[in-house]
Amino acid sequence: MLKFLLKKEFKQFLRNSFLPKMIFIFPLNVLLIFPWAASYEIKNLNLSVIDNDHSTYSQQLIQKVISSNYFKLTDVSPNYRQALKSIEKNQSDIILEIPAQFEKELVNGQGGKVMISANAVNGMKGGIGMTYLSGIIVAFNKQVVDELMPSGAGVNSTPTILVDSQYRFNQNLNYRVFMVPALMVMLLTMMCGFLPAISIVFEKQLGTMEQINVSPVPRFTFILAKLIPFWLIGFIVISIGFIIAWAVYGLIPAGHFSSLYMFAAIYILGISGLGLVVSNYASTLQQAMFTIFFFMMLFIMLSGLYTPIDSMPEWAKWIAAFNPLKHFMFVMRSIYLKGSNPIQLMNDLLALIGFAVFFNSWAVMSYRKKN
Amino acid sequence: MPIIQIILFGFALTTEVKDTQVAVLAPTNDEVSTRIIEKLNASAYFHVVEKIHNTTDIQLVFRDAKAKLVVVFEDHFSEKLHHTGKAHIQLIADATDPNAATSFTFYASNIIASYQQELMADSKNPYQIIPEVKMLYNPQMVGAFNFVPGVLGMILILICAMMTSIAIVREKEMGTMEILLVSPMKPIYIILSKITPYFVLSCVNFTTTILLSVFVLKVPIVGSLASLIVVSLLYIFLSLSVGLLVSTLTDSQQAAMLISGMGFMIPVMMLSGMIFPIENMPVALQWLSNIVPARWYISAVKAIMIEGLGITSVLKEVAIMILMIVVLITISLKKFKIRLE
Repeated sequence: MLKFLLKKEFKQFLRNSFLPKMIFIFPLNVLLIFPWAASYEIKNLNLSVIDNDHSTYSQQLIQKVISSNYFKLTDVSPNYRQALKSIEKNQSDIILEIPAQFEKELVNGQGGKVMISANAVNGMKGGIGMTYLSGIIVAFNKQVVDELMPSGAGVNSTPTILVDSQYRFNQNLNYRVFMVPALMVMLLTMMCGFLPAISIVFEKQLGTMEQINVSPVPRFTFILAKLIPFWLIGFIVISIGFIIAWAVYGLIPAGHFSSLYMFAAIYILGISGLGLVVSNYASTLQQAMFTIFFFMMLFIMLSGLYTPIDSMPEWAKWIAAFNPLKHFMFVMRSIYLKGSNPIQLMNDLLALIGFAVFFNSWAVMSYRKKN
Repeated sequence: MPIIQIILFGFALTTEVKDTQVAVLAPTNDEVSTRIIEKLNASAYFHVVEKIHNTTDIQLVFRDAKAKLVVVFEDHFSEKLHHTGKAHIQLIADATDPNAATSFTFYASNIIASYQQELMADSKNPYQIIPEVKMLYNPQMVGAFNFVPGVLGMILILICAMMTSIAIVREKEMGTMEILLVSPMKPIYIILSKITPYFVLSCVNFTTTILLSVFVLKVPIVGSLASLIVVSLLYIFLSLSVGLLVSTLTDSQQAAMLISGMGFMIPVMMLSGMIFPIENMPVALQWLSNIVPARWYISAVKAIMIEGLGITSVLKEVAIMILMIVVLITISLKKFKIRLE
């Protein structure tokens, strides 16, 4: 029975003019183009400078800021209002204002003031820009102190804590290394989520569903026959992903391929199960698409793909815990970058198995032969 | 549906670093290292979850995902600091997420530096530069300010495009297209009348999302509401035309739906500047991002809603959107087949 149903599924799939092309073109496009777009790295912040002091120190400070790698001087304004204009026009991201008397007050020991105003619409960008700039000012401050103070007096005797940082698993902080596994997950989710969601409903619209309904096919076999093709598609997609990751981005998983495939196999079952559930309930293609689209967006946005889960409020973390995508994303990144093994990822493994069982039994239960 | 999404995303999406789990390796439990650990724990950024006792544990902590940052103090930290005047702290970060890793190491070094300042306070430093910091438009650095315009732009275009993309193709499939074609209707009327109901629907959609972001997410509309509405209506129309183009080009509902739902989702998310800053992309992709309608809308909404600028400062965005509409409608008309094959 299953054999014939599978034969039918594959024929249906291959006769479609659009789907077979899509499972190759879509992953290729996504993986070749989008990892390059994904970078939060804040470099080349555009700086606007207002120097009201025109003194040696203010010039030195500005020089020091520009010669760092982070800032690019794009605007020199005579006053704050002008500088603000340049922010409004998006010509600059951050303003450094040095008031008149800066050098005088600094040398007199009254404390030289500088003003930093950052565009914080994008809070993170503003925050990082501000931190970089303050860091440079502190360094400059030290330099000034060294210059002005007779050597050895005071400052050198204060205890200093030296901090050095080390980045594990991704020394060069390469964002693509982080994004490529995640994009593979996203691809898999979309292919194996959208396609099943329209598969049963498509038959309903074509009218072929009635033929299945009058046949003696058991519910379980029917769902299984629907699942297996997507399972295979998923494997094709993820293998394309592995090849591209290796050939284009030079990325080889630190862990085992076998564990990657194992997790993928379970994950695909789960997400396709969800698709089939949606497809069972929907009566038109449009309904099915909108429903699955809603879930996909939730899953993708709350998966930690773009924004860290740790920063989310408590309730969102709870939702994320019930998000299969989150678990699989975590697994992929851990295996690819840290070389974790399935035992260390036991929680996620169990969660994924749980989702697969849950959605697929639901799919079997919700399939009704009667209208 | 869009309502749930905007609330969820508005609250949950933030790139700030909060409550990062930290493990500490302090071989000698002395006064200074304890103070620093307390300071780290007290800040909103960190949460010290574990104390480990030797360097081999570092790897384990990362593997089991118990902590993302390990702070390593050297032996006899306090003693060295007071006697030799120098002591080392090493920050080891889990850089699987490079962005978060850089931010939280930055924060940690800042906290340590501020402790250092406390130490320095005893020995006078007369020559100080005092930076005064102002965060414009978003003083608390709320993530929602950045994400609400983005999510708005994304949801509107995807939903609008999905709705219209099947409009014409469905008539083709159902066979009712023939009736329309033999009628004396001009293609432009058919196309416009296809858009209208969805336009009304999308406006309702837009109104609810805006109300929510203002009242629930507390994202203010600093600029004029009128210009926000004008820009948004334009954008909705644009999104609908995108869907319409898909509809005239494809010949099955399935293909139309998959292209508009699945095919557009990733480009819109990645290239609109909603999540990743466009300036940092390679030049080729910056070019590519120009054709993503959401990019222009999001930048216009940010300018109006958050920075409070008038419509004059978003003229460029408005012009580009109008241009896109004209181009899309023209192509749809050209591709609209008046004859059956």
